[in-house]
Amino acid sequence: MLQVNDIDVFYGSIQALKKISLEVKPGNIVTLIGANGAGKSTTLKTISGLLRPKNGSISFKGREISKTSPNKIVGMGISQVPEGRRVFPSMTVMENLKMGAYLRNDKQGIVSDLNAVFDRFPRLQERIKQMAGTLSGGEQQMLAMGRALMARPELLLMDEPSMGLAPLLVKEIFDIISFINSTGTTIFLVEQNAHMALSIANYAYVIETGKIVLSGPAQDLINSEEVKKAYMGG
Amino acid sequence: MFLQQLLNGITLGSTYALIALGYTMVYGIVQLINFAHGEIYMFGAAVGLFLVTVAGFSLVPALLGAMTFCMLLGVLVEKIAYRPLRGKSSRLSALISAIGVSIFLSTFMLLIAGPNTRRYPEVVNPTTYHIGSLQLSSMQIIILLVAALLMIGLNLMIQKTRLGMAMRATSEDLEAAYLMGIDVDRIISLTFAIGSALAGAGGVMVGIYYNAVFPYMGTMVGLKAFSAAVLGGIGSVPGAMLGGITLGILEIMGVAYISSSFKDAIAFGILIIVLLIRPQGLLGKKISKKV
Repeated sequence: MLQVNDIDVFYGSIQALKKISLEVKPGNIVTLIGANGAGKSTTLKTISGLLRPKNGSISFKGREISKTSPNKIVGMGISQVPEGRRVFPSMTVMENLKMGAYLRNDKQGIVSDLNAVFDRFPRLQERIKQMAGTLSGGEQQMLAMGRALMARPELLLMDEPSMGLAPLLVKEIFDIISFINSTGTTIFLVEQNAHMALSIANYAYVIETGKIVLSGPAQDLINSEEVKKAYMGG
Repeated sequence: MFLQQLLNGITLGSTYALIALGYTMVYGIVQLINFAHGEIYMFGAAVGLFLVTVAGFSLVPALLGAMTFCMLLGVLVEKIAYRPLRGKSSRLSALISAIGVSIFLSTFMLLIAGPNTRRYPEVVNPTTYHIGSLQLSSMQIIILLVAALLMIGLNLMIQKTRLGMAMRATSEDLEAAYLMGIDVDRIISLTFAIGSALAGAGGVMVGIYYNAVFPYMGTMVGLKAFSAAVLGGIGSVPGAMLGGITLGILEIMGVAYISSSFKDAIAFGILIIVLLIRPQGLLGKKISKKV
């Protein structure tokens, strides 16, 4: 579904990604784990078109997207839950969700997806008229996820959904990610919380200072001594 | 006397507000102070004058014509002078580009129209209405009505329509707006279009009200409207409206009760005091940096 081949990405003269290649197969949860500053968010931003690779190619459902503008990429079926949630703080919960469906014209589909989001996140329904900036961190994460789902994406990119959340809430968020996947959405998940990410993923990549250093089925990586040592404090 | 001055102040202030909206909307989205905005206003006054004198238009068609012209001019300026710099160079370069456009537009007008002050012919009956002890000229009524209509329309558009929501989203978080599928370049064009049309309307009405159109008329008014936007809280649409009307009232009160030679000093002096006490402006949000 998504194929990233040998991309190099630079911030000015600093190379952030070095020949990154990875693949996300339809229906899977694929995770990219690694330490802070390894290049996880850079990888996601390059896939969504916010950053441009200097070399290499990115294809989605067989179409090259490395030069496509980010708004068009959304239209092709890729949505992103950005790092730090990035909800629109002075807009209401409802308006945020509507922005997620910005490119859609099917009114009935939007209404039914809105109801699906409220079923999944009842807290959001209680707060539809509240400004998104006044929500708690966990609620903002739910809003960011709901907003991305409103685009009805085929591929959902998630950037550190567990960041800054209490452990109990992290568990809840990961359960929801599994559920979203079970409804047919393919997920590419970037995480620092390697244990949680590996526990729900099918396949995993490990990134270190801009390079993929390890990859394999998530089950294998979870038991790998190398991963345990480096990312799970054991 | 006081109420009369208040009314005059609100009239002047509503024209500042129309122009201040352009500054604040553009700043809200691209964090650029569009120094060419005062010149767009000047073009509005000039094109309106041209339409009235040469083409023989009456007030409303001339107003609409000038607004359309300014809309196109604003979009063109953004495409030529700002868009190529966006994301590729610092904000300072765009600011310098804006100053360049401002100088270009006023000297261009100087070249084609000459330095003389021109006057609008009589486009509205100069009737004066009396409400109790208050005097209200027909042009004042037109300014107040048109400004109110445009501002209500703008508010409805921003609050209720899909494009208005996209504008708000883009001004809150440009990158997140891209991730919603919003064509951000188009929203920026739209912002310049709306802001410039409002400035054009302001130009025609001030040109008629003060009966003076000249190539450098945009400099001082632009500066004042910009100050009004800052006073209200730059980036805030209701702030620009409030800031514009406040500045207009201050200026007229300064003239009426202190001295007309101090009018700009009084207006800007009060502006400085307000900003010292409330740096974010009257309706501006405190900027809190994310960690």
